[in-house]
Amino acid sequence: MDANNLLILVCLMACGAFLLGRYRAYGVSGGAIRKLRSLPGHYGFYSLILTAVPALFLLFSWALLSHTVIDGLVLADLPADMQGRPAAELELLLNDVKNSLQGVGSSGSDSTLVDTLATRYTELGKRADLLLWVLTITFCIAGMAWAWKNIRLEYPAQHRVESAVIFALIGCSLLAILTTVGIVLSVLFESLRFFQAVPVTEFLFGLEWSPQMAIRSDQVGASGAFGAIPLFTGTLLISAIAMLVAFPVGLMSSIYLAEYADHRMRAVLKPVLEILAGIPTVVYGFFAALFVAPMIRNLGESIGLTVASESALAAGLVMGIMIVPFVSSISDDVITAVPKAMREGSYGLGATQSETIRKVVIPAALPGIVGGVLLAVSRAIGETMIVVMAAGLAANLTANPLEAVTTVTVQIVTLLVGDQEFDSPKTLAAFALGLVLFLVTLFLNIIALHVVRRYREQYE
Amino acid sequence: MNSSDNTNSGKESTADRMRRGLRRRYAAERRFRLYGLASIVLALLFMLFLFTGIFGKGYTAFLQTQIRLTVDLASVEFPVSVEDIDGFYAVDYAGLIKESLYADFPEAGSRRDRRALYQLISPGASYFLRTRVMEAPELIGKSVDVWLPADDDVDMFVKGHFDGEENATGRLSEQQVAWIEALRKEGRLETHFNTTFFTAGDSREPELSGIRGALMGSIFTLLVTLTLSFPIGVGAAIYLEEFAPKNRWTDLIEVNVNNLAAVPSIVFGLLGLAVFINFFGVPRSAPVAGGFVLTLMTLPTIIISSRAVLKAVPPSIREAALGVGASRVQTVFHHVVPQALPGMLTGTIIGMAQALGETAPLLMIGMVAFIVDIPGGIFDPSTVLPVQIFLWADSPERAFMERTAAAIMVLLAFLVVMNATAVYLRKRFEKKW
Repeated sequence: MDANNLLILVCLMACGAFLLGRYRAYGVSGGAIRKLRSLPGHYGFYSLILTAVPALFLLFSWALLSHTVIDGLVLADLPADMQGRPAAELELLLNDVKNSLQGVGSSGSDSTLVDTLATRYTELGKRADLLLWVLTITFCIAGMAWAWKNIRLEYPAQHRVESAVIFALIGCSLLAILTTVGIVLSVLFESLRFFQAVPVTEFLFGLEWSPQMAIRSDQVGASGAFGAIPLFTGTLLISAIAMLVAFPVGLMSSIYLAEYADHRMRAVLKPVLEILAGIPTVVYGFFAALFVAPMIRNLGESIGLTVASESALAAGLVMGIMIVPFVSSISDDVITAVPKAMREGSYGLGATQSETIRKVVIPAALPGIVGGVLLAVSRAIGETMIVVMAAGLAANLTANPLEAVTTVTVQIVTLLVGDQEFDSPKTLAAFALGLVLFLVTLFLNIIALHVVRRYREQYE
Repeated sequence: MNSSDNTNSGKESTADRMRRGLRRRYAAERRFRLYGLASIVLALLFMLFLFTGIFGKGYTAFLQTQIRLTVDLASVEFPVSVEDIDGFYAVDYAGLIKESLYADFPEAGSRRDRRALYQLISPGASYFLRTRVMEAPELIGKSVDVWLPADDDVDMFVKGHFDGEENATGRLSEQQVAWIEALRKEGRLETHFNTTFFTAGDSREPELSGIRGALMGSIFTLLVTLTLSFPIGVGAAIYLEEFAPKNRWTDLIEVNVNNLAAVPSIVFGLLGLAVFINFFGVPRSAPVAGGFVLTLMTLPTIIISSRAVLKAVPPSIREAALGVGASRVQTVFHHVVPQALPGMLTGTIIGMAQALGETAPLLMIGMVAFIVDIPGGIFDPSTVLPVQIFLWADSPERAFMERTAAAIMVLLAFLVVMNATAVYLRKRFEKKW
């Protein structure tokens, strides 16, 4: 009675339906396929779709909803005096029921109640399983029968099948929109709950960040402080350091590769530089924490500076190197897109190659380069692993790159890794930070993509 | 500066001025060129530094110090039947190991010395001894030589990780170092290939930990990602490129896809946490949840690259198919897609390589738990290779550092293989129309 077995059964029935549909088409045509309006295979696929799609739809929607439905039914059976309890308590009770079913100890709820609920739970589960099997198989057979009945000489199966295919393709591409909607809704709802506890102005303009809430209200720092300015400045500081590395290095290397390097050198160096983009960020993070940060620290100490062991400089430098390929590949694209005639005009006036590049090529390519830089900035702001591993946790409001700062992404990770309670501002704060992060990067991306697109059109 | 020129003629000739200017301009030209070269060299040097640093730290993790002990299996009673697994588990293997050690070093008399002596051997050694005995029950009743893993402090010392530091022996006492030297002289302490690293799951003891669990987790996660993102991504690309009418809706989808490609990965983690885990109740820490999140993340990559490939298929092929009476769907699926398939596969492999290296969103959906068991399916709690790297990098034990670097080497090896496959496919099937 496993859901997997049912899935396999549905697939087998679908295959059967294909054969059956084709057989029926041969049958109604009496061997003269030319009389059929569509190819026999189309009738097969038509029958397959009618058989499998409704059944699969049923299976998946049940897989998504089963827990909610069964939980609700179990709770509806509770005695009347239990119904009014707060939702959190009921949820705890349900967890106990599920734990007792798996043989794990409970957290101290009434054990007889848990036992009765557990029997009810298994009973409901079994009944639901049976119902699912019966319904699914009925759906399959009904679909098959419907198809069998419909298959006639003049039935436009090809048209139906192709509409279904296009429909499925549209569904695939709508997933992109669904994802965006999902992102917006998920961060927005939790953020709104957060802003009920903490005012928006305090979050956006507050200067102090210490989200650790005490368990008892009389402890020190009980309220927690949710001023995100130190996180924003920390993010900006590290991103600025990264861009100070990535922009000149990326731009100059792309200029060299596009304008100076001969064909062979370019063919070797370009993919080699791209390797930097393929290295997982966790590797950069490990490298920054283990090699670069101590090196900067020793270097600083040798000239008499105090450098934090998790300095913004180390994280920023390594992030900068990581971003180099983004800047260089986009710059390379736009520089090579500048028409040759513009260069030749400049050479004709007696300009050297570097003068041509600086005074003609770069200004012409500027919009594209700006777009590339904006994309790189958005990547730097959203980058997580390097800063989680190499930057600090303390929210210092400072512009000194030698001190430890924390970033938005670091805080999201620290707030959400480990135990989460979805009613404390501490957890919800992560979603508010996520919302800010999403909006800022979205803004940068839209501008950047727009600029790059406009630029491409200009020379196409 | 040019006072000598000026005194000669009084007034500088245009040619002179031009020559001087030229010299300056050529110098600027050379400088500019040098900057370009220097920035490439800088990036390459950094890469070299990164790889040598990690390889230099990590290669020693593929070796493990082991100590040969002579264990007297006659001294304890083993269960009669090989099937009696509980009986085998009940035997005091740690006691056997201790006795063997005390017999070899009778000078360790006091309780403290004995404890220090036993600390040379990994706390997991009894497990290795048990496995050895259960694999070869004929050894029971004999006195056998077994190689057992040394403790991670010993391992670090033997591999020379403490050399050049103030405290050149790490946490080991002088006495322990003397014992190690004695064992080494007798040829009973050697470094062997570290099979544990490839066969074990995570552990709190570095010498017992391995990447098998994380690797299986990664494979399951990628499997889920691939089965979902390839058909969906290719389907979306086909629709957008071949069927979609040019209107505001398709424009919106296009802008959306491009935007999603640039959304920070951690935001996808938040989406996964709020939607998949909290709303749909997908099991936390399971590859299926990770696979869903990574599917959404890799989709834009696959869609964008697949569209580029479809765009490159010349319209004449479509026109020819339509001309002989094929429907639009037939044209696309029988003629256009087969031409574009290798390119789409290339894009998918690159997307998968990205997904394999992704860490941040998986932290959000609880794949950071400490999991010892090796996952057996997509619903088992597990971790993935990059998250394992992150977890080990956070561990205070010295020995985890080399393991982190070694795990990175394994991860990079996988990425190299995947990218090389993509490059090969591209080269092999690339068509110039």
